[in-house]
Formats: sequence, structure tokens, C-alpha cells
Amino acid sequence: MVIFSVYVVNKAGGLIYQYDNYVPRAEAEKTFSYPFDLVLKHHDEKVVVSFGQRDGIRVGHALLSINGVDVIGKNTAEGKDILEYLKDPANFPVSIRFGRARLSSNEKLMLASMFHSLFAIGSQLSPEVGSSGIEMLETDMFKIHCFQTLTGIKFILLADPRQSGVDVLLRKIYEIYSDFALKNPFYSLEMPIRCELFDQNLKSALEIAEKAGNFGAGS
Amino acid sequence: MTVHNLYIFDRNGSCLYYNEWNRKKQAGISKDEEFKLMYGMLFSIRSFVSKISPLDMKDGFLSFQTSKYRLHYYETPSGLRFVMNTDLSVTNARETLQHIYSNLYVEYIVKNPVCVLGQTLDSELFSNRLDAFIRALPYYSPRAA
Repeated sequence: MVIFSVYVVNKAGGLIYQYDNYVPRAEAEKTFSYPFDLVLKHHDEKVVVSFGQRDGIRVGHALLSINGVDVIGKNTAEGKDILEYLKDPANFPVSIRFGRARLSSNEKLMLASMFHSLFAIGSQLSPEVGSSGIEMLETDMFKIHCFQTLTGIKFILLADPRQSGVDVLLRKIYEIYSDFALKNPFYSLEMPIRCELFDQNLKSALEIAEKAGNFGAGS
Repeated sequence: MTVHNLYIFDRNGSCLYYNEWNRKKQAGISKDEEFKLMYGMLFSIRSFVSKISPLDMKDGFLSFQTSKYRLHYYETPSGLRFVMNTDLSVTNARETLQHIYSNLYVEYIVKNPVCVLGQTLDSELFSNRLDAFIRALPYYSPRAA
């Protein structure tokens, strides 16, 4: 029963705060011999699996390290292109670690803005009068909850699908935002939140919610 | 407890079928634009979900809800997308959508030699059976207009 991350989006759709509470690292390190049996491709400055699945390595996983040394973008740590490196049989057997690529700050910014727009479209396409935007989006692995305040700030929470009490938690985060960000004289509205007390109180609120969620499910 | 409307899209984004039962508010744009917007929104949601997901996903995006309605989504492996808007009391319509695909779409459209796949579904039998099926759903109740 986990809360994965929190995003706060301002009125214009820009990300002003992001916190990753729990990032599950699903990685697999395997030894490969020539010929290499997965098909790789370049995607967004990373090397990802485009075809082939084996032992926990799935399509979409990024290549994280070769022989224990982390790769840098499309090249190995020495600067050689990875795809060329893997075409050379002299380099085998090689031990490669694959896993879900961690999101960069830029990607998080883009995703937050994307959600801001999807939220609005959800309201426009509503078959009922007076609908809000997307308040909860469900997938098989997680749920996204969104609370929009009267001033247009959105608090977005990524949590386990079975997590309960998320509405209360979102209101609590709003309270923490108004206490430690808005009342901070050095904080400007709609700007990225850099207030230590906000971070601390947010972390403890998430811990409490996770523990409470566990009790609810166990009893 | 009610079903508002149903869209069926093919893998290229064209809307094959649309019907509404209890829709109170139109989108304010033409039907064609609404279909494109709906398809575009779903395409974006799917790509958003696959990027932001902390774990590898099996089924992907299932549904979303707002304060007034809930949108259920089901995609077949062939890229056919079923989208149903219901009210908030319906929590899981995935099986309903799967039933619509396997028992109605496959039976009356795919197995129909006259129907060309990829064009709008104009089989009257399909429309009637689908309408009857929706009205027979336990969570469907026609509201007074």
C-alpha cells in the first residue's frame, strides 16, 4: 500500500513541485553472448528494448549499465555507441542491466503539463452538465488522484490502487501547501515551491497515510 | 445508474460507431471534432500512463472518473477501442465492454461478409442487438428526459 509520488501543478499547467516517495526499481542484470537476441533502438537519448522479452526484461526497458558501468545516454561510459558496441562479437560475453528508465526533470514537467490538458479535456467531453476535470484515473498498477483547488492549483497523487483515504490526504496536502508555502513570505505564487517545511510536512503526511492505509487493509 | 454513450474506434482513429442513451450535455463542437478529440485524449492518456507508470503495466489505462461521470476503456489486441461513459455508480465495465466485443462486434460485424472492416459500422442488426444489450444491463435505467 504505497504512495508513489506527488505532483503540484499551477494554474498555467506548469509543474511547481514534485516528490517521489517510492520508486520501485525493477531492474534485471543478465549475461548475454553473441549474437545479441534483443532488438534495441534509440529513443529519447536512451537505448531501449524495441523487440524481445527475456527473464524480466520487457519491451520499453532502457539499457542502464554494461558490465557494471552505467551508460551515458546512447554511449557507453567510454563514449562508444552502444549499438555498435553490441554488434562486435569481440565484446561478448557481456553483462547488461535493463530496467524502467527513471524520469528526468524535463520529462516530469512535460507529463504534468500533459495531465493538466487531459484534465480539461475530460471536463469538456463530459456527457453530464457541470462536470469537473479528471479526478481519478485508474490503471491496473496504480491510480492517479487529482484535486483541483478553487485557485486552479492541482495536487496530483500517484498511489497503489488499493490505497484508501486519498481524498483526505489530498486535502491535507492542500492544507500543508497553504501553511508552509503560501504563508512563507519568500514564496511567490505559481513559482516552484522551495520551502523546507513544506517538504518535511509533506513527507510526514505521506508516511501517516501509508501506515493508515495498511491498517485499513489488514484488519 | 445509467450508461451515457458508447464510442468504438479502430486503430487508425476513425470512429466506427457512436450511440448515446442518456446524454445531457453536448460537447459544443461537431460530432467529427468530438470523435477526434476523444480519440486524441485517449491516445494521450495511454502514452501518459505508460511513461509515468512506476511499474511495468499489463492492461494499461482502464478508466477515469470526474465529479459527474466515469469513462471506461477497453482495447482489443487488434487495436479496436471501446469507450463507454457511465455515471459514477458503475465501477467496472470492462467485462461489459469485452462482452460487446466478443459477442456483438465479432459475431455481427467481423463475421458479416458485407461489412467492410475499417469503415463505419452500418449493420442494423449490430445496432439493435447492442442497444438491446445496453438497455438490459443491470446498471442501466432510462432517466426521465
